[in-house]
Amino acid sequence: MKTICFYFQIHQPFRLKRYRFFNIGRDHYYYDDFSNEDILQQIAGRSYIPANRMLLDLINQYKGRFKVAISISGVALDQLEIYAPEVIDGLRELSKTGGVEFLSETYGHSLSSLIDPVEFRLQVKQHTEKIKLLFGQEPTVLRNTELIYSDDISDLAYKMGYRKMITEGAKHILGWKSPNYVYQSATSTGLKLLLKNSRFSDDIAFRFSNYNWSEYPLTADKFIAWIAATPPEEQIINLFMNYETFGNMQPSHTGIFEFMKALPRFAFEKNIEFATPSEILDNHASVGPISVPNPISWADEERDLSAWLGNKLQQSAFETLYKYGERVRLCEDRKLKQDWLYLQTSDHFYYMSTKHFSDGSIHSQFSPYQSPYDAFNNYMNVLSDFIGRVKAQYPDTVDNEELNSLLTIIHNQEKIIKKLEAELKSVTDANTAKLVKKSEE
Amino acid sequence: MRALMFGWEFPPHILGGLGTASYGLTKGMSLQPDMEILFVIPKPWGDEDQSFLKIIGANNTPIVWKDVPFDIVKERLGKYMNPEEYYRLRDHIYADFNYMYTNDLGCIEFSGRYPNNILEETNNYSIVAGVIARTYPYDVIHAHDWLTYPAGLHAKSISGKPLVIHVHATEFDRSRGNPNPIVYGIEKDGMDNCDHIICVSNLTRKTVIENYHQPEWKVTTVHNAVEPLSPEIEAIERLAGVPEKIVTFLGRITMQKGPEFFVEAATLVLKKTKHIRFVMAGSGDMMNQMIQLVAERGIADKFHFTGFLRGRQVYEMLKSSDVYVMPSVSEPFGISPLEAMQCGVPSIISYQSGCSEILNHVIKTDYWDVEAMADAIYSICTHPGMAEFLKEEGKKEVDEIKWEYAGQKVRDIYNRLVH
Repeated sequence: MKTICFYFQIHQPFRLKRYRFFNIGRDHYYYDDFSNEDILQQIAGRSYIPANRMLLDLINQYKGRFKVAISISGVALDQLEIYAPEVIDGLRELSKTGGVEFLSETYGHSLSSLIDPVEFRLQVKQHTEKIKLLFGQEPTVLRNTELIYSDDISDLAYKMGYRKMITEGAKHILGWKSPNYVYQSATSTGLKLLLKNSRFSDDIAFRFSNYNWSEYPLTADKFIAWIAATPPEEQIINLFMNYETFGNMQPSHTGIFEFMKALPRFAFEKNIEFATPSEILDNHASVGPISVPNPISWADEERDLSAWLGNKLQQSAFETLYKYGERVRLCEDRKLKQDWLYLQTSDHFYYMSTKHFSDGSIHSQFSPYQSPYDAFNNYMNVLSDFIGRVKAQYPDTVDNEELNSLLTIIHNQEKIIKKLEAELKSVTDANTAKLVKKSEE
Repeated sequence: MRALMFGWEFPPHILGGLGTASYGLTKGMSLQPDMEILFVIPKPWGDEDQSFLKIIGANNTPIVWKDVPFDIVKERLGKYMNPEEYYRLRDHIYADFNYMYTNDLGCIEFSGRYPNNILEETNNYSIVAGVIARTYPYDVIHAHDWLTYPAGLHAKSISGKPLVIHVHATEFDRSRGNPNPIVYGIEKDGMDNCDHIICVSNLTRKTVIENYHQPEWKVTTVHNAVEPLSPEIEAIERLAGVPEKIVTFLGRITMQKGPEFFVEAATLVLKKTKHIRFVMAGSGDMMNQMIQLVAERGIADKFHFTGFLRGRQVYEMLKSSDVYVMPSVSEPFGISPLEAMQCGVPSIISYQSGCSEILNHVIKTDYWDVEAMADAIYSICTHPGMAEFLKEEGKKEVDEIKWEYAGQKVRDIYNRLVH
């Protein structure tokens, strides 16, 4: 029996406003509220809301036989709360059906797993708490930003207590192997992995409405027939894609919603079931380890980090940002901490990519900037202001270690004072009691 | 394929970008094995590089028959051309021009510059073109800029060969939208009656289509390119003796180049930082006005004027710069940012310049958006990662912009016209 595992990603960055260097030190608000609201509401109306409704109908119609997984970044949740809370309501309803599993990821949709393990751990924890609060589920499967994965990251996840993770079935890692099995990490063998089936996922996400594609039009029975025709021992088909596939990347007039509505019926006819990542990882044993020395992701043809950290601009912005991680974590200022999260979002680095100069495609399509250089300029100006604020919190001359111990003293001083006060009180109480006794005598 | 080209300037004696472009294009085209180019200019100096084409001077072409002995011709014209050519040309004088002022060789004098009587000079040039067009065999005629359009048309009327005109600039660019009607008339006449129009950028192409009412199929863009730097120039070291970063404007200080926007951007940057200096290199009719403006803004201690730079000095200036800025208001192409990139200088250019159509690894702003310009200047001077990246990628990019490719595109147009 074959099983299809759907996972949808919801993510929206806080896009930065035009921030000139004259603003540095004067203006501490960095976000383009107008375009963030505009984009979010458009996408919610076109994609998230109708897709939520569709999933709800399907789950109800098939009474629990149809299941999916969803991962939402914390920054997307923050924005949805402000601009389109009805999307969150829809997701809540989905969660109540029991047919939707929420995955955990970094709160800021950040690349922290590559450089700052402490930050990574904190953000995943923060995200888990947010999911618990909103949807009443405790995620058990980890989805790192952009499906970025490597042996080091698997160790990190394992130490954090995760036993299940999903990532890309990158060809250069798999070689002759098929993504349609459960694998395990080569270094932390207790961590099981689900790999994306790129061919089938991209058939829906990218090729569905492409007239030039030899298989156009893609129908649900044709698609299910392909899946059914895979070798019988390959039992898991992982279809991982952006939630915006429905209605935004594939507009509704292409018939994407109808395709999706018809899919379960044809699947059940061919005896193909649906399951969530955690169910599959619980029920299937690993067929072997996968070794990934260099990080992979689900982006571009290369399936590596080059979309975010491919050029010097991106690397220098990235390194500058994370130099301040430890210091920011010592700060208490809530606004500062929030900005810290929002500035880590991977999209800021994506906009600085110069790859599209050669392949002319997908990068520029998503960027609010006219060129990668504009993106870098703007981000660095914002970052300079942010760094100024971080430095203003504590004097620059104190290093992090010293600062930490000082802060511990300050933090503990109240406790100590209370303890001493209590002691003092008991002594004075005892003395007064003695005095009273004496005077009575 | 034999081309008869009419130009106005040719290195090393050049006054503007036209000469540089003529040289690069013909040199690039000469790499095609079957390409022969005969290049006519008003006044050769004798030190032009004739290794890849043949240059004929309009001022050495007789239009009035004079009986001159060989020795005299050899003495007078030897350094420009083979004396035999004089007699060959003399055999093709086609009308009686005795009423014109000519010298003892029967030739008209040309200044080879842009004098006040430029219209007369272009007319004379066209008369001379008649002789040249009758003397030599050719398959196609190619005229560079309006000064040579009448000559091109004249040659076409004689031989019936196809005429290609090459628009390096239009009167609309030079006058900021207030064209001289006579010049406009010459340009329009050339465009209406030629067989194909080549523009140096899509920006210029748009002007030609919209303001000169040309059909789109007749107009093709062939972007300019840049000659590789010579080893002597590559070897020039940074001269600057100040620790600050240097931001340079280099070009004629005229309205078209937008120098005032550079000053305003400098003002904004200097308000905020101390580690940057500005240099305005070149001369022009707005120079005094700019000095005035710099003084008014109170930034004269960090803003310097060099005056006109020539030859090697240009490259010394570029090599000493950390940022090159070209805020042109209307620039048909603009080769100088390409030269800056060759020297490894990160460049900021305006969207209103034609070269922005083919450059990726530069920062582009609108010429009027001084805030964006200031921001970009600050960014390059502040983030070493950015400067380094632009420097390397920019050089890589510009090294791939070759005249050879531009020459091939021109050749493709010739091939379509010559059956």
